[in-house]
Amino acid sequence: MSVLVSSTINGDNIEFACEPDETLLDALRDRVGMTGVKEGCGTGDCGACSITLDGALVCSCLVLGAEAEGRSIETVEGMSDGNTLHPLQQKFLEHAALQCGICTPGFLIAAKSLLEKNADPSEEEVRYALAGNLCRCTGYDKIVRAVLDAAKQMRKA
Amino acid sequence: MGKDTLLTDRVFKSVGTRPMRPDGIDKVTGRARYGADHNMSGQLHGSILRSPHAHASIKSIDTSKAEKLKGVKAIVTAKDFKTKGITDPGLLDIIDNCMAGKKVFYDGHAVAAVAAVDAKTAKAALKLIKVEYKLLKHVTDVDEAVKPKAPVINNKCFTKGVDPTPGKASNVAKRSEFGHGNVAEGFEAADVVIERNFKTGQSHQGYIEPHACVASIGPDGAGELWVCTQGHFVFRQQCAEILGLDEAKLKVTSSEIGGGFGGKTHLWVEPVALALSQKANRPVKLVMSREDVFRASGPTSATSIDIKMGVTKDGVITAAEAELRYTSGPYAGSWATLGAMTAFACYDLKNVKTVGLEVLVNRPKTTAYRAPSAPMAAFAVESMIDELADRIGMKAIDMRIQNAAKEGTKSSYGPVYGPIGIGPTLDAAKNHPHMSAPLGPNQGRGMACGFWFNFGGQSCTDLNISSDGTATITVGTIDVGGARASLALVVAEELGIPYEQVKAVIADTGSLGYNEMTDGSRGTFASSMSAIQSCRMAIADMRQRAATLWEIDVDEVVWENGQAWAGGESNSNHPPLSIADLAKSAEKTGGPIAGHAQIVADGAGVSFATHICDIEVDPETGQTRVVRYTVIQDAGKAVHPTYVEGQFQGGAAQGIGWALNEEYIYGEDGRLQNPGFLDYRIPVCSDLPMIDTQILEIPNPNHPYGIRGVGETSIVPPLAAIGNAVSNATQVRMTHVPMSPPRILAAIHAQAASDDSSDD
Repeated sequence: MSVLVSSTINGDNIEFACEPDETLLDALRDRVGMTGVKEGCGTGDCGACSITLDGALVCSCLVLGAEAEGRSIETVEGMSDGNTLHPLQQKFLEHAALQCGICTPGFLIAAKSLLEKNADPSEEEVRYALAGNLCRCTGYDKIVRAVLDAAKQMRKA
Repeated sequence: MGKDTLLTDRVFKSVGTRPMRPDGIDKVTGRARYGADHNMSGQLHGSILRSPHAHASIKSIDTSKAEKLKGVKAIVTAKDFKTKGITDPGLLDIIDNCMAGKKVFYDGHAVAAVAAVDAKTAKAALKLIKVEYKLLKHVTDVDEAVKPKAPVINNKCFTKGVDPTPGKASNVAKRSEFGHGNVAEGFEAADVVIERNFKTGQSHQGYIEPHACVASIGPDGAGELWVCTQGHFVFRQQCAEILGLDEAKLKVTSSEIGGGFGGKTHLWVEPVALALSQKANRPVKLVMSREDVFRASGPTSATSIDIKMGVTKDGVITAAEAELRYTSGPYAGSWATLGAMTAFACYDLKNVKTVGLEVLVNRPKTTAYRAPSAPMAAFAVESMIDELADRIGMKAIDMRIQNAAKEGTKSSYGPVYGPIGIGPTLDAAKNHPHMSAPLGPNQGRGMACGFWFNFGGQSCTDLNISSDGTATITVGTIDVGGARASLALVVAEELGIPYEQVKAVIADTGSLGYNEMTDGSRGTFASSMSAIQSCRMAIADMRQRAATLWEIDVDEVVWENGQAWAGGESNSNHPPLSIADLAKSAEKTGGPIAGHAQIVADGAGVSFATHICDIEVDPETGQTRVVRYTVIQDAGKAVHPTYVEGQFQGGAAQGIGWALNEEYIYGEDGRLQNPGFLDYRIPVCSDLPMIDTQILEIPNPNHPYGIRGVGETSIVPPLAAIGNAVSNATQVRMTHVPMSPPRILAAIHAQAASDDSSDD
């Protein structure tokens, strides 16, 4: 028996039906069509499926779709403001902070969540805040630089 | 292509700049479509049943109950894969690995697959399939597997490369040998000779995107495969042969790829998805779980290396010899061969001999992992260099410089080197501020060199000029880390137009001729060579069109800065024609403007790197911290330096993970105990420092722009560089990778115990 779930996704009211034991990750990808949310492990170890749920950073593979009832979800698809990229998206491109790009949506969401709490993080704070997101291509160097640079730009704005 | 450019003097306009990548926006907005992001109308969910045993005969498989479950549309087992008529032993191994025939060879080996209306039904159906196994003795350790009494995994495995071929089956599939000179004489001439054994654990490529595909075969035998792969043309060829399809009727489209590092050069589930689709007459989507990726897609080899090296007191290496034993999983491979070829490739040696042994074990089939087989051999060799230098009281970097290979050196694996970068990377390392920076307490500095061949091979590209004068370069090598930006830069350079006016596209297999994989660091090297030829063909055509319009001889038309110029004083009344001008008048001058090339890209330039790192070791726990890391590597010509740096940093990070932590751990029962990112822990952001890079450019004389592959060499030195750093920090020689805290602690304790007993 499916459950009907009403939630706000990237500011839009979205209803979807999912199985009671279906993860929010699967519901977002397979029911809502938000394939920007990636599955790297399905066990909460890689962070590729990172989203925010009522502002809290979560691995959507560890949340049930049914738990999204009445709650607000943000995914990478909602990060840019129309044609204007979020500073993090822009800085990821400028610093070449992505190679294959599969981890990028999760990193962007996790970094955004960090900067909302801490507008001026140190390199170490960035590294620990992003330690739940795995990247196998970059060695993290350019990701950390992009996040620090975006934070700097956002502080000026 | 010939040496048509004076490489060192060439001034580049586009090549060497750092524009944003063309596929970037899609990747930061979630629009880019990877393997699992594609769906087809009416698609079924595919799922695979895997062996829980390390080694067993399959007595029977009963699928009858599963077939009766509502929603199950097809079930396949080995019976559905016809091997009759297939003679290539490599392809037969691929089939057996994708779906076990008479035996299962490792924990995770596929035995049956289901296509059902949804994931839940497919999962339920797998539980209804009854497989009866007869358990067999297994062996997972490389040194155990070569012992005379080890369980023999394949009773038809008679060691190749030994004359005469042994009459008794064993787990050694192949012996290969390389070298020159006389090592016995070389050891006689040495003042110091050291012999050691080095071991490395089995690591996985660890790409974040699991393997995924959507397969569809219609009743007419025409099919489509959407798949994350490093080589869709190779996948098409192999899948068509396995499924008995016409190659031209199977269209393979490569999705965006979420990392590969060699692991996506091989078929794992794709033939199974196609077979399910064929049987169900519906599209089938099949996505591996992370656990399945670890258990059943190919990791690198576990190794055991016996090595002996001799040096004079003046630092000349007089002889070097190694036996390298590499696991290849249950099927024959050429992994030890590559280890034996690369081991001593950095050095100019008078007497050198390497023997590689391919060892069958009950582990998943070994697959390429970034400069496959070279890091383990380099771990042994570069650790020995440090120890030898220490014994004769010489600085390790000076001993490396003294013995480094150079242009004209006969390499340890045969060929004579052209211009190479080992010497320059060592000189750069010696002069690098990192080498003289002070170290803190419990810190050690290590360095190491690395080599990789780089591949060339078959490539095919199309260049099409649009009606507005912008250009599309269509390639058949997939882009794993920014190649589209690099290829667009090369085309912009060659045509003389801005980078922004070039679009690089990766064609499906129906739209372009055969291309080899993106492997062996060949993607940018080979496709750029072909792209340049495509451009030159189009330029020749455009010069002819300009000549026609001007009514002058084509020889008088010069191509410069993206324009045709009328040469000679008598023609000065003709204003230059841009590509856009020529495109506008194309209808009158012969139709669309295009260029095409099909080549075998010969002359891939070999690649060398030197790494320096500082490691801090907690003497009480064995815990390590990477304090500083520097990569110095020859790129030939860095087309997009930022992405070259990215390759250097990424390879180093993978090597750091392998050196310090990553390892397949098998239980007594032969089952993999850590098939997940929690227990197979790759480096996270807080584990690493910034990774400094220095790009050297020693042009490859065989490429028109001097380009060498850059993707792989950066993973070769880290195991040894870190091994040397940990050894220097602890004063205990590290011989076993990964150097996990318990292993470092055990080495420290063993050394202390041995020092105590020698004091007595």
